[in-house]
Order: sequence, then structure tokens, then C-alpha cells
Amino acid sequence: MEFLTTPPPPIRRLELEDPPAATQAAPSTPAENGDAPQQQSGFTGKRRSIGAPQFSIRRMEIDEVSVFYSEKEAVKSVSLPVRQGEVLSLIGPSGCGKTTLLRSLNRLTELTSTAKLTGRILLDDVDIKLIEPTLLRRRVTMVFQQPNPFPMSVFDNIAYVLREQGSRRARKKVLEPKVHSALDRAGLFEEVKDNLDHPALKLSGGQQQRLCIARALAADPEVLLLDEPCSALDPKSTQVIEDLIVKLRDDVAVVIVTHNLQQAYRIADHVAFMYLGDLVEYSSATALFGNPREQRTQDYVSGAFG
Amino acid sequence: MDSSVATPPPPAPAQKPPRAQKTAQGAVEGSATWAPIDRVGLAICWALGLLFCAIAVAVVVYLFIKGITYLKPSMLVTPAAAGFSQAETGGFSDALIGTMIVAVMGISIALPAGIAIAVWLVEYGRPAALARVTESTIEAIAGIPSIVLALFGTVIFSSTALGFLSRTSEGVVFGRSFFAASAMLSLVALPLIVASTREGLNSIPRHVREASYAVGKTKAATTRRILLPASRPQVATGAMLGLGRIIGDTAIIVVLLGATQNFAPVEGAPFPFNYLRGAGTTLTNFVYEASPTGNLNQPEKAYAAAFVLLLMVLVLNATVDVIHRRARKVGTWSS
Repeated sequence: MEFLTTPPPPIRRLELEDPPAATQAAPSTPAENGDAPQQQSGFTGKRRSIGAPQFSIRRMEIDEVSVFYSEKEAVKSVSLPVRQGEVLSLIGPSGCGKTTLLRSLNRLTELTSTAKLTGRILLDDVDIKLIEPTLLRRRVTMVFQQPNPFPMSVFDNIAYVLREQGSRRARKKVLEPKVHSALDRAGLFEEVKDNLDHPALKLSGGQQQRLCIARALAADPEVLLLDEPCSALDPKSTQVIEDLIVKLRDDVAVVIVTHNLQQAYRIADHVAFMYLGDLVEYSSATALFGNPREQRTQDYVSGAFG
Repeated sequence: MDSSVATPPPPAPAQKPPRAQKTAQGAVEGSATWAPIDRVGLAICWALGLLFCAIAVAVVVYLFIKGITYLKPSMLVTPAAAGFSQAETGGFSDALIGTMIVAVMGISIALPAGIAIAVWLVEYGRPAALARVTESTIEAIAGIPSIVLALFGTVIFSSTALGFLSRTSEGVVFGRSFFAASAMLSLVALPLIVASTREGLNSIPRHVREASYAVGKTKAATTRRILLPASRPQVATGAMLGLGRIIGDTAIIVVLLGATQNFAPVEGAPFPFNYLRGAGTTLTNFVYEASPTGNLNQPEKAYAAAFVLLLMVLVLNATVDVIHRRARKVGTWSS
């Protein structure tokens, strides 16, 4: 029982070779400063190489959303803002509804015939129920837990997203710049530029997951949803992807579901802690990990349950 | 503060993972400690496996020897003819071509239909009751002996409405043609194609479909560009197995193809419909007729034709192998 009382091991964070100057600028948002760690929770150390958000624009608004599977209420009346310019992390024990909430943001929950959603989710002030699902899912794209590139070449994985539905038209030449830029934004281009014709499923796990991020970015979305994107990856790949996620937050609103509290602490600007479908606490990462308001949050982040 | 934080806690050397001890012992479980009944079971498994290997090898080797002895290249290009000696009765070129015709026609009906049914069952399957009925229907077709299908086929293809698919004379529909035989043969191949396509589609993890939906693709686009290409090896396996069943079937050929020794084209119809509407023969039928129980009774030619048939099946099996090896190069999803 000793492990329950001792704090988790300290976070180690490798320094980037070239820390961006952005850290110096004073944040204009009410969001926290990244360097006020609280000793008692065990979440110490430098939060990340890039500092607090420079700006934040509200892209999505989750308003009193409940999701039911048959009779079971998986998400209970949750309200949250999703902002571009920051990373929102959903944490909580297994089965707490965080993935369900994430999937309802691009109406993927509708694929489950028993799922029912009440409340409103707004994307740029438009109810997503009024947006045609395929259009919505190009504006709110998603990366999954398991790396799942399509069984085709690296190039075609991105080209598939850029082309009309099932069409093969739009020649390689025409798509090339867009494919390259998507791979570049996912930090993969330098590694695969000579092997664009190789089967994507032969890449390493970390590269596959970055290809999936590139694929999600190729649609030029406003919101990027990540469902435990690093849980199948080794620590090195995890770090590369974490750096990438933090970099992406200026261009897209990022929502990430994670089981890994250290990861949430490292990359999130705001954290929402869910428990049994309830949104227990939503606040800035430093506040939630350093000085949680709720006892349940305190227990969870200190490792008392999970 | 940073430096102290960055130092990882020293590893505890006392606790070694248990796996190391296991490998140190090098113990691989042997059957020596098993209960007698299990050891007998294992022995039976081994014996049966070896027995079936032996049977397969015996068939192939026997047919190879017989086939190489009796097969002359001229048999492949000369049609069967009437005659008093083996030298006069020609070869089996009509049967060889007939086999190819029913194979191509049968599979070109069965493959699209089988893929369509499998896609509907796996990806849509609503209403559930209809899906269940479809499933059991396919299973029922798989279980029906082909001679029964053949009889059923004579009923269908002798109807006046389908007279254009076979020979008609004075309003009477003959009902036996390459069209009729291929249509019924496609039913023999269909369950295999449906089963293996379903297997292929089911082996694709759900999150792969969702990944495609999550970039705004429709179900149709996902099926066409992701799911079907990903299950290509299984579809191809089903097609090859189906082809094997088609070229190996005899009952439908005898009943629905007329089982002549040569092509019997319909006069007045344009090529190739004159041949396809007419009766014909295939290798299996030729083997049957040329065997000692058949009308021709020239066993040497039966062996030669059977050898050709066996070669075709072996080529199909090899093709399946190549397809699977190629699929492995593309890789698959973890877990």
C-alpha cells in the first residue's frame, strides 16, 4: 500500500535543442504560467518547452451534453469550451465517458446505433447537428489510440483525404504540395520524403501515428481530436508526438484524451477531469494538478484510484 | 532543482524479472508428463496428419506419373473424334476450352455477387432479420449437392422466357448450354467467396473504418477504397477456391451442359453466342466419359485429362500462396 501514499516519480523532460523564443512573450490570456509547480502533488519540473498559450479563440462549445448508450448515461450533462491556441486534455479513469465525449464532437458516436445525445455542441456557433456529418468530420478530425494508416502508400494515405470521397482523380502532381505540407506539419516529411511510395503499414509505430496526425491535418480541420494517441507507443515516439501536439495548438484547437496524467500535465493548457460520466473539475493544468478544488480530483491525480 | 529532478531513481538490482529464470531452466513443455489419454490423442493427431499427407502425395505422384506417360501435347489441341482406335479418337481440346469457359463465366457471376453479399452482410446487415436469413441461405446453398442444383437449373433454363440462353427448336427450350451451366456453377462458388470476403472484412479493426469516417469519408468511399482493397487477399483466396470448385464440378456439367464430346454451337447465332448457347463438355466430364465406366472407355486419355485438371488446381493453390505472400509485404494493423 506504500505506492498509494508516495508521489509518482518526477517527470523528466528532455530539452529541445532549440527552445523557441515564444516562451519569452508574456501570455495575454488568463491561462496559467507554466512554472509554478506545486511540490505536494508530485507534478514537478518544467511543464514543457513551449510556454503558455499566446491566444485562445473559442472554436467549440459543449453545452449540457449527455450521451446515453441504451439506458446507461455515459456522459452526464457536461459543458466545456474548446479553444484554438490551447490544448484541452480530458482525463479520468477507464469508462468515465471521456472517449465518448470526444467521439461526440465529430458525431462518431452516431455510428453506435444505441447512442443518443442530448444537449448542444456548437462549432463556430453552429450546432453540429445541423452540419452534414462528412463535412463536420473534415472540420473536426480525429486520431485514434491504435496507429491505423490505411493499407496503401504513405502518399496515398494523405491523398485519400484530399480527394473527393471514393474518387481517384486529382493527379499525384496536383496533390503533391498539399501532401508534403501535411506530412511536414506532422513532422514526418523529412523522415519519409524518399519513401513516399512505401506501404504506410511498414513504418514504425511512432511514424504511423504521426502519419495518422498528418492525415487528420490534411483535411485542414479547425479541431483535432486525439484519443490516447500515445498509449501504443514507446517513450521516444511519445515525446515526439507530444512536442508536435503542443506545436499544433496555434493552428487547430486540440482535444486529447489521455490515461497518462504525466502526459496531461506536460502538454495540456486546460484539463477536464471526468469521473463516472460527470465533469468533476475543469481548470488550467497547473491549477488542476497543483491545487485541485475537488477531493476526487485530488485523489485521482495523487494516484489514490484510477 | 532541475538536475535533481532529471536523475532517474537507481534501479533495484535485487528483483530480477521472473522471465529470466524461466529461460535459464530452458524448459520446453514435453508430452512426457501428460496423462496417457492425452498422449494417445497426440499420437492419433500425428498419425492422421501423416496419413493425409501420404494420401495427397500418393494422388499427386500417381497422377503425375500416369499423366506424363499418357499426355501428348497433341491432345491439348485436337478435339475428340469418333474412331475405332485410341489413335483415331483425338484429344480433349474442346473439353479444355469448355473448362476455361465455365470457369471464367462462373467466376465472373459469382465474384461480384459474392463480394456484394459479403459487404452488405458485414457493413450494413440491416434489418438484422434479413441478414440472418441471407446468411442461412448462403449456408444452405453451400450444403446443397451440385446435382440438386443442376436439376433445379434444368427447370429454370427450360422455361420459355430463358430460351435465348440455350438451343430452341419448335418452341421447345433445350435448357442446356454454357450459360445455364455457368449460372448454376456460380452458385457452387458463391458461398466460398462470400465466406472468405466476410472473413477479410471482419479482420479489419473497427477503428480503421472510423479513421476513414473521421476524415469525412462516406461508408461507400470507405468500402471501395479501404475495406475492399484491404481484404483483397481473402477475396482472391475465395475466388481461387471457388474456381477450383467450378472446374472440379461434374454433376452440373453432365446435366446442364449436355455432356457432348464436342462443342455443339447453335446455328444462326452470332459468335460467341452460338457456342455459349450450345452444349459442350469440360475436362471433368471428359475424365468421367473416358474412364472405364464411361462411354469412351479409354483410360489413358482419362489420366491425361485428369493430370491437366490437377495441374490447373495446383496452379490455383500456388496463386493463393503468392497473393498471401504479397499481402504480407503491405503489412497489417497491430492487435
